[in-house]
Amino acid sequence: MGRTLAEKVWDDHVVRRAEGEPDLLFIDLHLLHEVTSPQAFDGLRMNGRQVRRTDLTIATEDHNTPTLDIDKPIADPVSRTQLETLRKNCAEFGVRLHPLGDVEQGVVHVVGPQLGLTQPGTTVVCGDSHTSTHGAFGALAFGIGTSQVEHVLATQTLPLAPFRTMAVTVDGELPEGVTAKDLILAVIAQIGTGGGQGYVIEYRGSAIEKLSMESRMTICNMSIEAGARAGMIAPDQITFDYLEGRDHAPKGADWDAALEYWRTLHTDGDAVFDHEVRIDAGTLTPFVTWGTNPGQGVPLSASVPDPASFADPGDRLSAEKALEYMGLTAGQPLREVAVDTVFVGSCTNGRIEDLRAAASVVQGRKVADGVRMLVVPGSVRVALQAVHEGLDKVFTEAGAEWRHAGCSMCLGMNPDQLAPGERSASTSNRNFEGRQGKGGRTHLVSPQVAAATAVLGHLASPADLSDAPVLTEV
Amino acid sequence: MEAFTTHTGRAVPLRRGNVDTDQIIPAHWLKKVTRNGFEDGLFEAWRKDESFVLNAPERKGATVLVAGPDFGTGSSREHAVWALQNYGFKTVLSSRFADIFRGNSLKNGLLTVVLPQETIEQLWQLTEADPTAEITVDLVAREVRAEGVTAPFELDDNARWRLLEGLDDISLTLANEPDIAAFESRRPSYKPSTVRA
Repeated sequence: MGRTLAEKVWDDHVVRRAEGEPDLLFIDLHLLHEVTSPQAFDGLRMNGRQVRRTDLTIATEDHNTPTLDIDKPIADPVSRTQLETLRKNCAEFGVRLHPLGDVEQGVVHVVGPQLGLTQPGTTVVCGDSHTSTHGAFGALAFGIGTSQVEHVLATQTLPLAPFRTMAVTVDGELPEGVTAKDLILAVIAQIGTGGGQGYVIEYRGSAIEKLSMESRMTICNMSIEAGARAGMIAPDQITFDYLEGRDHAPKGADWDAALEYWRTLHTDGDAVFDHEVRIDAGTLTPFVTWGTNPGQGVPLSASVPDPASFADPGDRLSAEKALEYMGLTAGQPLREVAVDTVFVGSCTNGRIEDLRAAASVVQGRKVADGVRMLVVPGSVRVALQAVHEGLDKVFTEAGAEWRHAGCSMCLGMNPDQLAPGERSASTSNRNFEGRQGKGGRTHLVSPQVAAATAVLGHLASPADLSDAPVLTEV
Repeated sequence: MEAFTTHTGRAVPLRRGNVDTDQIIPAHWLKKVTRNGFEDGLFEAWRKDESFVLNAPERKGATVLVAGPDFGTGSSREHAVWALQNYGFKTVLSSRFADIFRGNSLKNGLLTVVLPQETIEQLWQLTEADPTAEITVDLVAREVRAEGVTAPFELDDNARWRLLEGLDDISLTLANEPDIAAFESRRPSYKPSTVRA
């Protein structure tokens, strides 16, 4: 019987397989950041261990970095200590680091792909759940805890429990104005936050094949919000074109050999998935979350659901608590929900195409009175490209704040936070209680919806802008 | 890692599903660079509400957390496991755990036990009615016991053995170092390297 893409990549990385033991897998690329690594380095020191493969390891600073005044010392001493700890650890163990201020600094899941380090058929891990992003290249990529970070540092391997396979097949054409973000929010709403538990999801079908690499990253990024171990998309010409010529992409004869291997990385015709989900892209519309987990989402044109409409008692209770926390009432049209803050950024939607999309909506328009719009590029490279294209000016002229690269308000670890009771439309990935700041309320949306919401002051899509969408190239 | 064989203790019934890791330990606690001192951050936002179950005086010293489905969703932060352990929890019972959280818990000796939702409901009712009721989680027999409840649970033999013995995964892997070296020697040259060309 044929194998799925995920099974092929898995099989190619088995270092040791023994009866009654989990497979020991080799890890091709280990990404580090300041938050989940300090205790792992401490563990190495305590046991007198080294980093086995510094040539397969790279670090950057993103979660806990400020997006303003980055030339000044970090005000919060605890945050400063955490960054200094990473710098000290990388120096001591010989790990390449791109710190705040470096041209390659940025959100770890934006940095890996743009350097060409994320490649088809590789295994990629990081102490961050959104490592699933890298699956867009046909890599088997997943988030790990700090104990596993230490394990990979010491051994370049991980013992891993077997996974099940799920196909999410999306055929048809995404309608105008409907994005990868809307698609993945719809998928999560359909299968639920636990629906992917134990599975590696492969996204396939004609609608997926048409997507750019950046849109594919948005989709794989949020696989974890459906509870999946990882998300993957088979590599194709779009993948190869994205990679060719990047700093760390193979060159010369290596490129040819890699290409030959990469072309084998697809699910065989006779392979069988453990579970299959089908979605017709043509039926999708802009999507928005109303609750406190990413599965609590509906089309923007809908109203806040009535908790009583949920058959499962757990779902009903969860919806009741969510509405209470979010300050929403059942039946309220989502388009009437006013926001205080709009956040454009994160490993989900902080790449150049996302910024272009948001800029095309706000261009020539103004952010609504009383609304704060933060635009945080995913990396310094993304920021430089945006500046080159004049997007920073488009944002600042509209009244938005143009910030330095980092995770920022996606998780509210740095000073970019919502105040209690404040409401955001956010292009990030989690709408958990307090995620963007204590008492803050988050609606997850696409960059286009975020931008239109900033202009109108309430949840909206570009189609709602009275003077008709000006979706011209910037 | 701390070994886990069997544990008996009082419980905290947490009637909530989708308890994500941002609830277990909010992000601002993640600035710490140690594995301890997270107990005050555990469920920090909910603990501000006096009626939250963890604040009830009769729940003080409880060591068994009985939670709703999809416990530990979201971020990979192992700090969530450390916070539960720092607070004093030895085991968490739920009908479904997020994968990364589960992996993290078992690597730290916090036993996460999957039980049918009906059993969770029984344990909720028992421990809500009687806060002094004890629950035994027996890894040797792979069984959860409480008054009127005897529920078997599954945990694969390898994970169980590592927990029972309190084994260090890295040492186990390094015992097979020649396998790693052999694999490395046959890796193709086109594989990515973080060293600048």
